[in-house]
Amino acid sequence: MTELRADFGWRPKRRAAPGFSLAIAFEAAEGATILFGPSGAGKTATLRCIAGLERPQRGRIELDGAPLSDAEANHFTPPEKRGFGVVFQEARLFPHMSVHANLLYGAPDRKSAALDEIVDLLGIEELLERRPQHLSGGEAQRVAIGRALLRQPRMLLMDEPLAGLDGQRKEEVLPYLDALTRHAGCPILYVTHSVEEARRLGDRVVKIEAGRVAAMGGTELIGPAVATAL
Amino acid sequence: MFAPLSPEEWTVLALSLRVAAAATFVALPLSFWTAWILARKQFPGKALLKGLIHMPLVLPPVVVGYLLLLAFGRRGWIGGPIYDWFGVSIAFTSTAAAVAAGVMAFPLMVRACRLSVEALDHRLEEAALTLGASRIRVFWTVSAPLCLPGLLAAATLGFARAIGEFGATIVFAANIPGETRTLPIAIYSALQQPGGEDAAFRLVGLSILAALAALAASELLERRTRRQLRGEAT
Repeated sequence: MTELRADFGWRPKRRAAPGFSLAIAFEAAEGATILFGPSGAGKTATLRCIAGLERPQRGRIELDGAPLSDAEANHFTPPEKRGFGVVFQEARLFPHMSVHANLLYGAPDRKSAALDEIVDLLGIEELLERRPQHLSGGEAQRVAIGRALLRQPRMLLMDEPLAGLDGQRKEEVLPYLDALTRHAGCPILYVTHSVEEARRLGDRVVKIEAGRVAAMGGTELIGPAVATAL
Repeated sequence: MFAPLSPEEWTVLALSLRVAAAATFVALPLSFWTAWILARKQFPGKALLKGLIHMPLVLPPVVVGYLLLLAFGRRGWIGGPIYDWFGVSIAFTSTAAAVAAGVMAFPLMVRACRLSVEALDHRLEEAALTLGASRIRVFWTVSAPLCLPGLLAAATLGFARAIGEFGATIVFAANIPGETRTLPIAIYSALQQPGGEDAAFRLVGLSILAALAALAASELLERRTRRQLRGEAT
């Protein structure tokens, strides 16, 4: 059983956001953990610290008891050695490779069984020979999810994967995310500010406000659905 | 006037192409590396390095040639050790012509490479890292291929600049037929001789043809690369 423990502090290096700092402590394990909170609360920065794309100045992040980052011991595992799969807000597909090549970029083995299964799960068999430029936003994001899954991650980190899509495109992806959170073998850490996504996909919720954990618990934390248009 | 090329003219053309190709070939990876550092890294003395790289662009070429002569001459701080250890002297050889051409082309090539490095979407490299690719693999499979159009532009620009190089070459490599007499220098030589206008005119035509051919080739190559990067059928 995979378990992520994070207890760290981080400040942006440049003076991009003066006064902003993160001080975050939470745990995530099986199922889907939602990092929920308003824009600018530090959800993305939290995810980036966990992925190893930012380096916390204080505290520890560990996966299954092994430290990924330990500021006090001056230990830092680079992102390529952390074994996470990351899905960003933008699909970030490699424009010079086919969908097929994109999917296999991080795959530890090229066995077609895993590929077929994930292609099936995400409904992207039609797209395999295409180039990313010829995909809709929703299709591209599904390929990005597939690419992250084929890497066989220990945990899937998703940073507002639907935020860049309009309502209709969101519906192209949401059912697949649903299936993913129900059936995928690997735990998911999912960043969103959308009430509906959080309710629909989450098992547990970590509520983040102004760089701090405001509350932790079940999906009831999200509160009454303010009518957010999906 | 339009007779086939004489053996001397062939020699001049072949030498020019060889010198410019060698200069471009050596300067290209160096300029890409330099552009990468300038675009991506912060370090003390960066402004100084930038200034140094752009020197050939602002100095009179003759001055660059003279500085090269001082550095690479038999008693120079680079040429001296080379002569002592290998017994070869670089000045006044076709190697010198290539060095002069490469140095003069270098700032232009760095500029072209830098544009492509700066246009590179860092987020794609991040994505590749999170997929478990080592930094070296990210460079060769994501960064470098996406910079390819810029590299081609740099090579074209560098080659064109190298083939036209005169001032630094004539000081550092002189005007030795078959060894350092490249197209521009041959044109100059022809014009120095009474009645040499015809010879000069033929060489001028040759220069124009060579330049147009290089331009057309690079345009084709660049279009093809861009198409491939965009994933359209070639």
